[in-house]
Amino acid sequence: MFPDTLNLSIRGPVNDFIQALVSGYGWVFKAISGVILKAVLFIEWILRGLPWWVVILIFMALAWQSSKRWGLTVVVGVLLFFVGVLGLWDLTMQTLALMLMATIVSVVIGVPMGILVAKSRMVRNITLPVLDVMQTMPSFVYLIPALMLFGLGKVPAILATIIYAVPPLIRLTDLGIRQVDHEVVEAATAFGGSPNQILFGVELPLATPTIMAGLNQTIMMALSMVVVASMIGARGLGEQVLNGIQTLDVGKGLEAGIGIVILAIVLDRITQGFGKSQTEDPRNG
Amino acid sequence: MADIEIRNVYKIFGQDAKAALAMAKEGLNKSEILARSGCSVGLNNVSLTIGAGKIFVIMGLSGSGKSTLVRHINRLIEPTSGEVAFDGNNILDLDAKALRTFRMHRVSMVFQSFALMPHRTVLQNVVYGQRVRGLPKAEAREIGMKWIETVGLAGYDAKFPHQLSGGMKQRVGLARALAADTDVILMDEAFSALDPLIRADMQDQLLQLQQNLAKTIVFITHDLDEALRIGSEIAILKDGQVVQVGTPDDILERPANDYVARFVQRRQGRPEAHE
Repeated sequence: MFPDTLNLSIRGPVNDFIQALVSGYGWVFKAISGVILKAVLFIEWILRGLPWWVVILIFMALAWQSSKRWGLTVVVGVLLFFVGVLGLWDLTMQTLALMLMATIVSVVIGVPMGILVAKSRMVRNITLPVLDVMQTMPSFVYLIPALMLFGLGKVPAILATIIYAVPPLIRLTDLGIRQVDHEVVEAATAFGGSPNQILFGVELPLATPTIMAGLNQTIMMALSMVVVASMIGARGLGEQVLNGIQTLDVGKGLEAGIGIVILAIVLDRITQGFGKSQTEDPRNG
Repeated sequence: MADIEIRNVYKIFGQDAKAALAMAKEGLNKSEILARSGCSVGLNNVSLTIGAGKIFVIMGLSGSGKSTLVRHINRLIEPTSGEVAFDGNNILDLDAKALRTFRMHRVSMVFQSFALMPHRTVLQNVVYGQRVRGLPKAEAREIGMKWIETVGLAGYDAKFPHQLSGGMKQRVGLARALAADTDVILMDEAFSALDPLIRADMQDQLLQLQQNLAKTIVFITHDLDEALRIGSEIAILKDGQVVQVGTPDDILERPANDYVARFVQRRQGRPEAHE
């Protein structure tokens, strides 16, 4: 047995800290929460407001734009139509709104963070272990404080999703920028390019395929959080699955599961296509 | 017109550069310093005067520090100690902004593996130097098209680098340097990656351009034939030190030491060199 006298619990202090945060700075979190909620409700309002066939057409257009393949474009349309046939259209749009919001915030945080990590050794040494923790820490552990700070509903679900889904975007942005041919960057420098001109004119465009791969990973990971997120009150497909489990309604669970898978396939193919269309030009400058 | 003066430049790579620098100044050689301090000596007390309007060749085998040396001239690499002067002004005193202006207007560069931007067209690559200066697109285009034609790539302006052969890519690299309209062009093994015939073509073209434009060209190569063919003055580098500086005749007739002599013999030993 490990001697009890050596026990040191961080439980008390952490709980006190969160308590203090909730009571002292509750208004800050409320404000953040309000902004995120408004944004996600706005996205949801658009997606659910549009006629179903318009949404399908938009997705087909995106698929065509990203892949230039008729086959894929048609498959995307058929799959989304099938979601509607299963009676999951509204729920799917709710889930999609949640995903889009989480993805947008992930990009806003992840890409600049990835650039910093690529540029600064110190930021890198601090960030990479933090990302490891974010990815391995069971999501329920941070769901609880997120709940306490932001209350039940969509906002904590989005935040938890971001924590889980943003690391690959940061990692791959970092990788993409560091992979840019050193001599090309040197050439840009030699001709007098400023750090900003080099970042936006050379490094980011050349890192785009890798960053798109990161975005793809982020979206996939966000989708895998859908069911967990529904446990703290996010609506949508995840809630259906949860319901199915709770009521032993296997069919219901499966239907919603299929919906999630279809959403995943559609988003995966489209983002992969955008990554590839960039790499068509071999990088042998 | 620019006279470039490199004065007592040392470049040490590694953690303990200070100690290694002291050793280098005491006259220890590269391997001794590596053994004692763990630092690698890139350049060891290099002093050169590069006259305006000529092709100055820096020759050396790989590891001799020639690419390191040429990057000191536009400060892509900072020396550990020493000075680099353009028309008497030490460029190491420039702050970041002045350094960018200096790079834009005074010195451009051609790279061994071309270093073209794969996501930009030939024209966009060629006018890069003008565009970072803020020249409007239309004016830059005019300049770009002129140089694309000069290097013999007329009609390729809208192609992307991956659609070109190696020789054509390097013509783009050359056009990019020329379009920047600087008085000095640094060429780091610019022709080394090309096959022999294209290489000879490019050398001819460079000589031709030089006759018309009278730029100061600092040309790096590991090939003595190339050095003799295009250089009006040649500096031979070994282990980061200048072994000999002289005209092609000096090098051929009066090699400074065995090392240079071996190069020259090798060349004469070959049945059919250039000329």
